Amino acid sequence: MLPPSETSAGVRPSPLAHLRPSPEGDRVWSAGLTVFGGSVLVIAGLILAELGTQSGPAWKKLGVLSFLFGSAWDPVQDKFGALPFIYGTLVTSAIAVLVAVPVSVGLALFLSEMGPKQLRRPVAFAIEVLAAIPSVIFGLWGLFVMVPWLREYVEPFLQKTLGFLPLFQGPMIGLGYLAAGLILAVMILPTIASVTIEVLKTVPLPLKEGALALGATRWEAITMTVLPYARPGIFGAALLGLGRALGETMAVTMVIGNSPEIHASLFAPGYSLPAVIANEFAEATGAVHVAALAALGLVLFGITIILNALAQLLLQAVSKGVRRGAQ
Amino acid sequence: MKKLALCAMLFLAGSARAAPILVTGAGATFPYPLYSKWFSDYNKLFPDIRFNYQSIGSGGGIQQFTNGTVDFGATDAPMNPEEMAKASDVVHVPTVLGAVVVTYNTPFTGLKLTPDLLAGIYLGKITKWSDPALAKVNPDIKFPDMPITVVRRSDGSGTTYVFTDYLAKISPEWKDKVGTGKSVSWPAGLGGKGNEGVTGLIKQTPGAIGYVELAYANQNKLPLTSLQNKDGAFVAPSIESTSAAAAGVAMPADYRVSLTNAAGSNAYPIAAFTYLLVHKDSKDEAKGDAIVKFLWWAIHEGQAVAAPLDYAPLPKAVVSMVEKTVQGLQVQGKPVPLASSK
Repeated sequence: MLPPSETSAGVRPSPLAHLRPSPEGDRVWSAGLTVFGGSVLVIAGLILAELGTQSGPAWKKLGVLSFLFGSAWDPVQDKFGALPFIYGTLVTSAIAVLVAVPVSVGLALFLSEMGPKQLRRPVAFAIEVLAAIPSVIFGLWGLFVMVPWLREYVEPFLQKTLGFLPLFQGPMIGLGYLAAGLILAVMILPTIASVTIEVLKTVPLPLKEGALALGATRWEAITMTVLPYARPGIFGAALLGLGRALGETMAVTMVIGNSPEIHASLFAPGYSLPAVIANEFAEATGAVHVAALAALGLVLFGITIILNALAQLLLQAVSKGVRRGAQ
Repeated sequence: MKKLALCAMLFLAGSARAAPILVTGAGATFPYPLYSKWFSDYNKLFPDIRFNYQSIGSGGGIQQFTNGTVDFGATDAPMNPEEMAKASDVVHVPTVLGAVVVTYNTPFTGLKLTPDLLAGIYLGKITKWSDPALAKVNPDIKFPDMPITVVRRSDGSGTTYVFTDYLAKISPEWKDKVGTGKSVSWPAGLGGKGNEGVTGLIKQTPGAIGYVELAYANQNKLPLTSLQNKDGAFVAPSIESTSAAAAGVAMPADYRVSLTNAAGSNAYPIAAFTYLLVHKDSKDEAKGDAIVKFLWWAIHEGQAVAAPLDYAPLPKAVVSMVEKTVQGLQVQGKPVPLASSK
């Protein structure tokens, strides 16, 4: 690096002088980047701190365990328990992942391994479109199209064929865990599919070629080489989808039924953490009620952090494996 | 030529008046369509006074008014003693009335319900339309053997407050088990977000019953249930029967009274005031003056706009009471001259 005096000392300035890095500029630049980079941590920290202080009265008044594992939600009598919401959030997200992962993986395999090249672009475009639809549209579609369809056809069919399971018993109203889970499945499908497509691209070609050269069919090559190699990455993609499903508010609240109850049956109405916060926060007036809603936010924050951390670890493991394979 | 004249007029008007007065308010969503009509009409009459109203919900309205971030608040449920303690100089000014109606999705129409039946349905005790208790009150209806799906609001709302206030009045069991509130622990049913969410669920679910605001039900032509009032008469919800509810209640000086289950043979039993919250003595001269004069206009000329927008105007007896309340409002310790603005 040249000292700044050299350019000002009368020496013919180089035509590239304006490109020379100056120490001050460097410092400003790196300080700026540090601020931008750190801002994410600061924002997350502020949210956490704010939720912590806001929810304080609830933890104090209700007790941590009895709040987390209580199942009553009665704002009139200041009784609050988070369990029905935690349960609803986890059940609907689990349904979403269980439905979306096989479809996404199939979709990704089709696009990267089997499908004709001309079809790849339109399908990839459709995935992007799906990702861009606002969640309230999904909710409306769910309420007016999917729920009646579930009530008239899907739920009676499930009850008839799998009715011996407690999951598919009880009255069929269309709204409930199943409806919310299926809406979420559609919503997280683009996330999982696009990440899975990327993951499949990292599978080294020689592996596949080797399998095919040894006489494997296409199907065998996929199940024996591609999928085992990509499995951790697909798992990470599923966790990313799960993270999105956990936080989805609008579409879920429109089809889940909004009843703070716990039912084994997927046909029954339930409630989720983000939905109850969105529903009740604006008009919550009691101090404990507001605090309990903030505490639910903290619980959701906790669940999301844990799952995101897991997803990050898994994705790291995958990328390491890929690098090793490429050498 | 015309355009030129208009420009000149605008220019003159613009240069003649002082800086426009901007009055901000926040609160209830239920009266928002009416208030925005009022504010725009009033702005046409007095172009230098502008109102900015944010419909963020009654709870938020009370909070912002108490904190002094807005010049006036608006709420559907009157402030409770706890909230009143934080805002010592608040005055409730009722502006119009609203009603909560019971609507349903069944093959029949013309449903009538007694208080006991409505409470029984919402307590989860009457679960089928074929229940003999329903047939007793509705001899003309042939009830199908269909489950009743109860639908209610999932979001905290003044509508729920009024509805549960009514149920608590007519059913001791409801009062004990559930109580009155903007969000309550419902014994039965599904929750929909907002009037549109409840209506959506009802329309999607055969055999559903639910409650929404009268204005919303009228605009969407939903079937309405006639309810038996305190005098024993079955009354269909309408603008007239809602106004009648305010005439059947002994009115306290601060209007913080529940109008549900009101006396009077033509009073609809689930009605409520919606209020503007103002300071008894405004500190800001220009804004305080504008608010008091606007209130005077709203309880007189403004009432005529209410009915076309499906809000029930205040009955005459209440208007003359509110006149005194508005006359009693002060700006910097002095009353506002109002006779000229009428």
